[in-house]
Amino acid sequence: MEKFEKLTSVAAPLPLINVDTDMIIPARFLKTIKRTGLGTDLFSTLRFNEDGSDREDFVLNQAAYKDAEVLVTGENFGCGSSREHAPWALMDFGIKCVIAPSFADIFYNNSFKNGMLLIKLPPEDMAKLMEDAERGANATVTVDLEAQEITGPDGGLIKFEIDAFKKHCLLNGLDDIGLTLQKDEKIDAFEEQQNAAHPW
Amino acid sequence: MSKATTLYDKIWNAHIVDEQDDGTCLVYIDRHLVHEVTSPQAFEGLRDSGRKVRRADKTLAVADHNVPTTDRSAGIENEESRIQVEALEKNCADFGVELYSMDDIRQGICHVVGPEQGFTLPGTTLVCGDSHTATHGAFGAMAFGIGTSEVEHTLATQTLLLTKCRNMRVTINGALPASVTAKDLILAVIGKIGTAGGTGAAIEFTGEAFQSLSMEGRMTVCNMTIEGGARVGMFAPDETTFEYLKGRPKSPKGGAWELAVEYWKTLKTDEGAVFDEEIVMEAADIKPQVTWGTSPEDVTTIDGHVPNPADEPDEFRRNKMERSLEYMGLEAGTPMKDIKIDTVFIGSCTNSRLEDMRAAAEVAKGRKVADGVRTLVVPGSGLIKELAEQEGLDKIFIEAGFDWREAGCSMCLAMNDDKLVAGERSASTSNRNFEGRQGPGGRTHLVSPAMAAAAAIAGHLTDVSDLD
Ligand code: SF4
Repeated sequence: MEKFEKLTSVAAPLPLINVDTDMIIPARFLKTIKRTGLGTDLFSTLRFNEDGSDREDFVLNQAAYKDAEVLVTGENFGCGSSREHAPWALMDFGIKCVIAPSFADIFYNNSFKNGMLLIKLPPEDMAKLMEDAERGANATVTVDLEAQEITGPDGGLIKFEIDAFKKHCLLNGLDDIGLTLQKDEKIDAFEEQQNAAHPW
Repeated sequence: MSKATTLYDKIWNAHIVDEQDDGTCLVYIDRHLVHEVTSPQAFEGLRDSGRKVRRADKTLAVADHNVPTTDRSAGIENEESRIQVEALEKNCADFGVELYSMDDIRQGICHVVGPEQGFTLPGTTLVCGDSHTATHGAFGAMAFGIGTSEVEHTLATQTLLLTKCRNMRVTINGALPASVTAKDLILAVIGKIGTAGGTGAAIEFTGEAFQSLSMEGRMTVCNMTIEGGARVGMFAPDETTFEYLKGRPKSPKGGAWELAVEYWKTLKTDEGAVFDEEIVMEAADIKPQVTWGTSPEDVTTIDGHVPNPADEPDEFRRNKMERSLEYMGLEAGTPMKDIKIDTVFIGSCTNSRLEDMRAAAEVAKGRKVADGVRTLVVPGSGLIKELAEQEGLDKIFIEAGFDWREAGCSMCLAMNDDKLVAGERSASTSNRNFEGRQGPGGRTHLVSPAMAAAAAIAGHLTDVSDLD
């Protein structure tokens, strides 16, 4: 997994609530057996007209935001299905950090396991950030995971909270499976005890 | 005396392998269901790192999302779908995982198959790379959906790194009114708490209205827990649960059965246990439900109207409502019963069990599908299809003009050929009315099986009691 330390980018504003995983990547694009290549279909319905041309009103189609690595959005982002294709598609497009008042649980977990940082902020901070994001190309934000800080275009600082273990894994690019396999003996012991108590 | 704990606490505590200083726990996983859409990258990951499946005996695979629901003898026509199903077959063969392939009578939607086979048991932890895994909580299991990285983690280690959910309880007091089904109960709950209301929570469902439900009904309720944002939904196991499980192929047998039941009876919330959040509703206030928008929380009663965004004070919500109504092609104030439909879908892991088929057939019996309405009745598994046919339900549907299909996910998410075209409107027994869920531009109204059948007959949304 790639490390996440610090990031400076324009932030794309997507002021919608309950953006669901079918909006992020519709089911018809889930027929892949790979993790890569999903970025082309990210937000497919919002991004493209029926004839496949770009919808100019969609934020990621606008020149200022085409290379955005940060997305600023509304509450309950990522609700719906468990498809990890949602964070894969965002990351494949180039988004590395999403900032919202809240996220759906499964999406939240899935994102961190792929090295994407999700930041939850209270409404006042969100409003400020959304305003900054709407200023476009000249307004970059810097997200510093180590310091747990977002620096706005005018130098304003926003602090954020994050689970210590998730932070540690992201900063070091750690793969959970490797970590868990070190606890093999504990898993063996658990299985033995469970087999004795509940043999079904 | 030890502290009073909830049902969820008990199962959680019984599965902790290790606890980190920050409270993150390594939790043992007893059962793992695997399907073709969210597993290929996980198996690829195992292969790349030379890892094995730790407990193939606790893993069960079934192809469901992509499979055709029409004649299957010629295989899957769509190349990408076929590759995904073939990848599952190869992965299961390579890693020694049991698979119900497409021509197996036990094949069906993973959340229907698990309980049907007795793979799902009370007190277990059960995961699947699908958000509707909460369904299995109907048995008093701690069941939840995971992403592909966690599928890989479970395959490799039979554990997951988790943080504990908060405890939430939803109680519906009083007897279930005659026309109200499990689907109506859960839609009403989601309407009340919202799609994010259960975020971070494990919900226990209690009260007379819930407890009187059959296992099928309980599965419908738990299935849609995720639509209320909660990861886990559960019922305490009781006689109804044991009755359902007894004699299933993978249920404990003989002496082990007696032991198991004895243990399962201890799986309930202690008196005095404290929940972080409690919701209490009265069954008598709940009517048949139908959704009007593009989120399961956009719900009203069948005798209600399309709401007016102008009445919504919150700007974000108002925008979302306006967007939903535009997408749905609906005018504020329209009576729900005036909304004409093109398609009816009866199926999905929410409502494709025998009881659901019976409820829809009862409405269909002796009536005819309205002109121009396309219908799909898709049983949840090959076994349900067989049982329904033994009861003659297929004949009732066919005589009424419904299309009776093979088992699978079908129009719930439109990954196979069963989909809405842009602008088409469905009454659907599935669980998600998101934009494009049943096909790009498709418009979905979520309802119970009886209401879906009634809509097919009337050609518009309607209450069963309005049919002549
Ligand atoms: S029926 Fe629908 S919700 Fe259920 S598993 Fe299949 S796609 Fe998912």
